[in-house]
Amino acid sequence: MTAPMLKLTGISKSFAPIDVLHDISLEVFPGEVLCLLGDNGAGKSTLIKILSGVHKPTFGTMEMNGKVVVFDSPRDARERGIATVHQFGGTFPLMSIGRSFFVGAEPTKRWGPVFVFDRKRANEIAITEMRQLGITRIDDGNRLVGGLSGGERQALAIARAVYFGASVLILDEPTAALGVKEAAHVIRIVLQARQKGLAVIFITHSVVHALTVGDHFAILIRGSKAADFRKGEKSREEIADLMAGGEHMADLEAEIEGYKVTHGHQS
Amino acid sequence: MTSNTQDSFSKNAAEALVPNLSGPSLGALMRRPEAGSLIGLIAVLAFFSAFGGANFLSVEGAASCLNVAAELGIIALPVGLLMIAGHLDLSVGSVLAAASMTIAIVSGHYHAPMIVAILAALCLGLVVGFVNGFLVIRTNVPSFIVTLATLSAVAGLTLGFSVILTASTSVALTSGPVAKALLGHFVAEKFEVALFWWVILIAIVGFILNFSPYGNWILALGGDSVSARNAGIPTDRLTIALFMASGLCAAFVGVSQAILYNSAQVAAGQSFIFNSIIAVVIGGVLLTGGYGSVVGIVLGTLTFSVINQGIYYTGFNPNWASLIVGVLLLLAVLMNNTFRRMALAYAPRTKGMARS
Repeated sequence: MTAPMLKLTGISKSFAPIDVLHDISLEVFPGEVLCLLGDNGAGKSTLIKILSGVHKPTFGTMEMNGKVVVFDSPRDARERGIATVHQFGGTFPLMSIGRSFFVGAEPTKRWGPVFVFDRKRANEIAITEMRQLGITRIDDGNRLVGGLSGGERQALAIARAVYFGASVLILDEPTAALGVKEAAHVIRIVLQARQKGLAVIFITHSVVHALTVGDHFAILIRGSKAADFRKGEKSREEIADLMAGGEHMADLEAEIEGYKVTHGHQS
Repeated sequence: MTSNTQDSFSKNAAEALVPNLSGPSLGALMRRPEAGSLIGLIAVLAFFSAFGGANFLSVEGAASCLNVAAELGIIALPVGLLMIAGHLDLSVGSVLAAASMTIAIVSGHYHAPMIVAILAALCLGLVVGFVNGFLVIRTNVPSFIVTLATLSAVAGLTLGFSVILTASTSVALTSGPVAKALLGHFVAEKFEVALFWWVILIAIVGFILNFSPYGNWILALGGDSVSARNAGIPTDRLTIALFMASGLCAAFVGVSQAILYNSAQVAAGQSFIFNSIIAVVIGGVLLTGGYGSVVGIVLGTLTFSVINQGIYYTGFNPNWASLIVGVLLLLAVLMNNTFRRMALAYAPRTKGMARS
């Protein structure tokens, strides 16, 4: 096996008194999909924010291609090749496809002494990149992103990440808001990205989607990594149990009982 | 990208561009942000031409509309940019009066050189803009509240200092021929020189929004500030810059008014607060940000000015002008909502039929 593209060692994050993440270690390899599973509040989004440079970890280190990296800003993370796509993909519904594709990295051309936004080129590239992911319905880069379907928006966002040379693609519940057909399309696009050699981190609630794309699975429960296994090592039922809290749920209940007894609280 | 990609890229791009070659059509126009304001302007022009007759259509009629439009437009353009970026600036009214009093006090009362007075007044606009922007990004209080506070605070400071320094709320100002020629006289005895400044500003703001990469940043900031920041746009600096631009432009109008009318009053400029917002909203800018155009802002400004001045050329009581503005504002917003929905829903079914 090749070296991990991205390696987390002992990542912890606390916001003032609250520990959100505790000692998370993960490895993501190029050309592989890591499915990050967990219930709401398990710390998935905090982990994504650390990976995409929004937060800095309290403890622990991140390595990319064997070198320790520290992200000071989301831009920093992006420049190192980490791209994050959120649930609703394009977040600028009233911007044109070409404009939103290049937000923050606009192509320019010279007009005498000044540099201007090259809208024609931006539109052409955006449309072409979406075509490569199988979105052929869109042929005008001046169209507004808000007019695209949920799956098309995800495709636009993924196309953008691939175009800008991302080596790690983080997808935050890309299929959660989609219908069955659109979700299947997005999953196909994820597999295409994997084939291109990207390391993909796929966050989802859906065990079915996870099993379809995942090569490697990590389950977060209350800020800790509860399980870390490869494809075929656990059954669908086991994964579902783990996602719902699994054996830790029983511990928690026991803890609550114990707390009630010692403190006499009504909950 | 590989050469293979390049090949398919140019082929696909050629295909993608075919519908665009058919040129502008009615359908394409209807999907632009300024569609509503164009219809509004045509409607009010038709209305006042019918009821105002020859006087409204004369050079004097045009001049009176354009003079109002120029002063309002110089403020409406940066306020419009701010609104596209998702912010409001109510403080422009007080900044205008404060700048106008500053130039009158520095030059008229203390007899400092005119250039010093003008720079002091413009700097004041920049400072208020900076304070607005700084407070908005640091406190996360909505800009409506922040600028409402600075509107009041600056008005208070202007009144307080004017009375302390000059024992008056109105100060006379005599300006030299250069200042007059550049900032405050009537060209051909009809057109305010501010009109030319407005045209220059339209070109600058139009360039920024449509052609420079900053236009994209402004649209993105108004669309979703968190995503814009994550995309690497320096949103804090951009917000402060936009507030400073609106402060500067409001101060500029204050300066040119003081030079034009040879005096400054503490209470000037309050009408610009809501008039600028009205002009921008009629122009199709979304109040919550992320959508709008410079052409729209200009058309909205003209529409407002035509109503404001056109009424005097009709037999109607001028008091009805505000009623017309109110009704038109409502109609314009409803129309703009419809056009925005059309723009969002626009989806060509098959290629080649895209622009019917």
